[in-house]
Amino acid sequence: MTATGIGAPVRRVEDRRFLTGNGNYTDDINRPGQAHAWILRSPHAHAKLAKVDTSKARAADGVLAVLTGADMAADGVGGLPCGWQIHNKDGSPMLEPGHPPLAVDKVRHVGDQVAIVIAETRGQARDAAELIAVDYDVLPAVIDMDAALAGGTLVHDDVPNNRCFDWEIGDKEATDAAFANAATIVSIDLVNNRLIPNAMEPRAAISDYDRTSGRHTLYTTSQNPHVIRLLMGAFVLQIPEHKLRVVAPDVGGGFGSKIFHYAEEAILTWAAAKVNRPIKWTAERSESFMTDAHGRDHESHAELALDADGKFIGLRVATKANIGAYLSTFGSSVPTYLYATLLAGVYQTPAIYAEVQTVFTNTVPVDAYRGAGRPECTYLLERLVAKAARETGIDPVELRKRNMIQPDQFPYQTPVALQYDCGDYPASFDAALEAADYAGFEKRRAAAEKVGKLRGIGISTYIEACGIAPSAVAGALGARAGLYESAQVRVHPTGSVTVYTGTHSHGQGHETTFAQLVSDTFGIPIENVEISHGDTDQVQFGMGTYGSRSLAVGGPAILKACNKVIDKAKKIAAHILEADVSDIEFADGKFTVAGTDKEMAFGEVSLAAYVPHNYPIEEIEPGLDENAFYDPLNFSFPGGCHICEVEVDPETGDVEIVGMTAVDDVGRVINPMIVEGQVHGGLTQGIGQALLEGCVYDSDGQLLSGSYMDYTMPRADDVPSYAASTKSVMGASNPLEVKGVGEVGAIGSPPAVINAILDALAPLGVEDISMPATPQKVWQAINGSTIRQAAE
Amino acid sequence: MYQFNYQKAGSADAAAKAVTSSEDGRFLAGGMTLIPTLKQRLAQPSDLVDLAGIGDLVGIEDGGDSVTIKAMTRHVDVANSPVVQSKIPALASLASHIGDPQVRNRGTIGGSLANNDPAADYPAAVLGLNATVITNKREIAADDYFDGMFTTTLEEGELITAVRFPVPGKAAYTKFPNPASRYALVGVMVAQTGGEIRVAVTGAGQDGVFRAAEIESALSGNWSADAAKGVKMSADGLNADIHASADYRAHLISVMASRAVAAAG
Amino acid sequence: MPTVSMTVNGKSVSADVEPRTLLVQYLREHLGLTGTHVGCDTSQCGACVVHVNGESVKSCTTLAMQNEGADVTSIEGLADGDTLHPMQEAFRENHGLQCGFCTPGMVMSALDLVKKNSDPSEKDVREWLEGNLCRCTGYHNIVKSILAGAQALKG
Repeated sequence: MTATGIGAPVRRVEDRRFLTGNGNYTDDINRPGQAHAWILRSPHAHAKLAKVDTSKARAADGVLAVLTGADMAADGVGGLPCGWQIHNKDGSPMLEPGHPPLAVDKVRHVGDQVAIVIAETRGQARDAAELIAVDYDVLPAVIDMDAALAGGTLVHDDVPNNRCFDWEIGDKEATDAAFANAATIVSIDLVNNRLIPNAMEPRAAISDYDRTSGRHTLYTTSQNPHVIRLLMGAFVLQIPEHKLRVVAPDVGGGFGSKIFHYAEEAILTWAAAKVNRPIKWTAERSESFMTDAHGRDHESHAELALDADGKFIGLRVATKANIGAYLSTFGSSVPTYLYATLLAGVYQTPAIYAEVQTVFTNTVPVDAYRGAGRPECTYLLERLVAKAARETGIDPVELRKRNMIQPDQFPYQTPVALQYDCGDYPASFDAALEAADYAGFEKRRAAAEKVGKLRGIGISTYIEACGIAPSAVAGALGARAGLYESAQVRVHPTGSVTVYTGTHSHGQGHETTFAQLVSDTFGIPIENVEISHGDTDQVQFGMGTYGSRSLAVGGPAILKACNKVIDKAKKIAAHILEADVSDIEFADGKFTVAGTDKEMAFGEVSLAAYVPHNYPIEEIEPGLDENAFYDPLNFSFPGGCHICEVEVDPETGDVEIVGMTAVDDVGRVINPMIVEGQVHGGLTQGIGQALLEGCVYDSDGQLLSGSYMDYTMPRADDVPSYAASTKSVMGASNPLEVKGVGEVGAIGSPPAVINAILDALAPLGVEDISMPATPQKVWQAINGSTIRQAAE
Repeated sequence: MYQFNYQKAGSADAAAKAVTSSEDGRFLAGGMTLIPTLKQRLAQPSDLVDLAGIGDLVGIEDGGDSVTIKAMTRHVDVANSPVVQSKIPALASLASHIGDPQVRNRGTIGGSLANNDPAADYPAAVLGLNATVITNKREIAADDYFDGMFTTTLEEGELITAVRFPVPGKAAYTKFPNPASRYALVGVMVAQTGGEIRVAVTGAGQDGVFRAAEIESALSGNWSADAAKGVKMSADGLNADIHASADYRAHLISVMASRAVAAAG
Repeated sequence: MPTVSMTVNGKSVSADVEPRTLLVQYLREHLGLTGTHVGCDTSQCGACVVHVNGESVKSCTTLAMQNEGADVTSIEGLADGDTLHPMQEAFRENHGLQCGFCTPGMVMSALDLVKKNSDPSEKDVREWLEGNLCRCTGYHNIVKSILAGAQALKG
């Protein structure tokens, strides 16, 4: 390993610009002649749009235009598409109601777009928006999923019972048979709480239209600019790719919420051409709360069948998933293929059956949020296993070990479609128990008791499928896109390299990790490598960053392109060194003729490629610039164990996380510093879900947790320092043998936190607590405990 | 924000005059609540009269058996004041936990009291320590000052110039923060001042800060944490929201009061 | 429109603004200093923290006009040419940032802490950051960075 090669904790290349205030986020950009937009949004969760009168607003100071859904419809603008088609149990496709960027006949959630005001300044646009007279015919709102399924009020008139689809996976008969033979059946009802992503940079967009060329440019806060170009160009605005440039510059965090094609992107692109001025729109945080796609929001009933030896023999799950008012870009894939295919977890459960109903409600659309489906699955499984341990009396460590998939069982085919390629779950489990000093816990519990605190420890194991995704598999499951990745490696004449990747970095540090990979592969200094991403005019193609795919799918694409460069360079070197190409060896940035001292440096070969005076011109072209696409053969499967230790203040219900240990198998580690940072961030979002964060709507569909005054973001003093380490197993099904790290922290940690609280409260007889476990909920659980009341 | 006129006043009298002579004028102190309110377009004053340039409104005076804090004194300066720290450490400690450091660097005692947010900390200090609110027109006893949430007995154009706190024998403030906003879900100031026991509660009441008479009477017979904890507060008249029911707030009042008594010694 | 003048990063600046202009808008839109960010509208996230007369302030919660004549330092004013300020360097060395959006506010806030408490504990740092939200790092490495930055500044 070199100081900057694979495995080195290289300090990040991108940091200098962020630390000096020279980042280039969308709202930092200004275009000549730029106007500003304000979007008028519905204050009602559900209403008919009887009349939208924009006359006063159009006459207001500085206003250039006020446009509505009727204007968009008149221009033939299409609806926002969904990228993944799910099929019902009977084989029929899911229902896909229309999703107009600006509401036409109805508004369906608080925050739904009603009109855009374009003015010289943002203040003027907002002032004018207040002059729009909207005649809302308010309808009853449907928020609760059971009420929605009862069908009294319809979010979309063409979707009976508000049910988008009713899907299943697994072998129902085999699972029912397992339950018939069970010695013990453990069942649980769980809510996976709805979350609001809250990337710190609010969404923003600038659209710019060049009338002479007919080209549109959209700057947007996106995790995948090519996907936005494809969806918006082909489905919404009918703009061909060569007339549409999408730029996602520095993006201030995404966590899934910036994957999706949002209405504002289409509205601005359309409107800029209409007014023939560049237009900027930046969300206020309040708008982010009511328009960024939310995450999670499941209600599940799950049952685990065990035999007399405590072996898991069957798992049965019924889940209702809230999809919000409209199908967001990947909303349908999250509660299905990203969720129920993971229900085996790290265990050898032979029979699994799950059914999922997805429900429209008058709430913000729900889509992927860090982990997307896999945290919901892990929470369900690990709460159920913890409950099984309590009910069978088998120690929770022993019960997990007894059921774990063993290292010699790979590849392991689960009963829910996935084939795990490699892993060693007992190894990371043991490492976590050791790192958390699980054995010494009872001593710590006793010490806490002396100062009036209830201490508990909770375990969660997890498996995740990421590195999304093998296109053929995804396509067979309903994906409407390929999920490969693309790279271009351009070696410049003097040997420096620019890499164009179709992934997008919004905090993950690709400019460093990918540079390490290329520097290591070419044997050139890391300073000679630059990573470019985010501009569809520069990068050939790409599917973007989500599902921990950048290194697992984008990395091999870069590696493939690098290898093409090396192959070509060998031919050039062979020609110049007058050797056979099979005798050319490449190492440490030098091409050598095997067994001789004849050599050429990387930069000499690249110069020859661009100055082809002595060159095999009949055999190869000049230049050293290669493209590659990589489509993975399988998902990658990070796994691991998270252990949480808490202290509960029984008087107030306040929970303090006193220890959080994570041992993760993320495959090969390119930059351990970045990997650890990713785990820290994920853990904090997981702790946020478990303890702090919860989206709350009232029965009228008003968002009660619509600002940081009411939505609890994890702060520095809510969390401890973490003990995060990796225990990597090689063998992942990609050339780099990497697995992914962006989501693991958010997947493994929530059940560990809740299991720890339940362990702390077990002496009081408390058996359930829902997320977020706020002080009030914990106090109520303590206060309502029968054991405590009997003692008093 | 809506448009407004901005004026800067050179004296308390000039400020009061500027507010009363404008269509719908408002005093601007630290702005830590007013500016966010304006940003959300929840208020539309015609004029903002900035008090920041009025030197007479800044400072802390040691009056022997009292401490007078002028209205434009920032939270950070109250927290770090040697006078406040030695005479009324409970008040210094309270000020050091208002909002976050940036709020404390700008927010002022006068602004906080004029706003009378039902979950703010200073109202508990004023009521619990039996302070006197001094305005450009009169002196108002703590018991007569607060008049429901976001409402006080200040009149149009009346400007707080200072707050006089009697030095207590014992006092402490304990807060259980709202997990999201970090305002007080329940904050309790307990104090013994000149033989009088006061327990003031912020964050919990539907009408803003109030005195918990039940705990005051329990403590007057037995100044102990257990005595405070033993009081079962009624949930009537307490706030309920997504973070805490009225019952939970009622419970927390006793717990916070008991912890404050323990801290006060 | 009234004219507002102040010193920003050591330079005298002046601009005509509407009275409703916030300090952060003055910096970003009138001076082009886009390193200071806006992450919320309720004055809680801290992405906009700058120093006014040497103390950390949320520039989204003060009007430009309130800062007439003030000495303002934003993130752009910290580094000495190509040499990062020791606190910036500590963030770089300890991976105290990911997406970078909260970072300017974090660094400016941290410097105010270190000015008031030159040898803070981990608990001091975590409590001080009440007004600074980060969604990426989980705070672990921010805390580590600030502790290291404090030591570096002590020399």
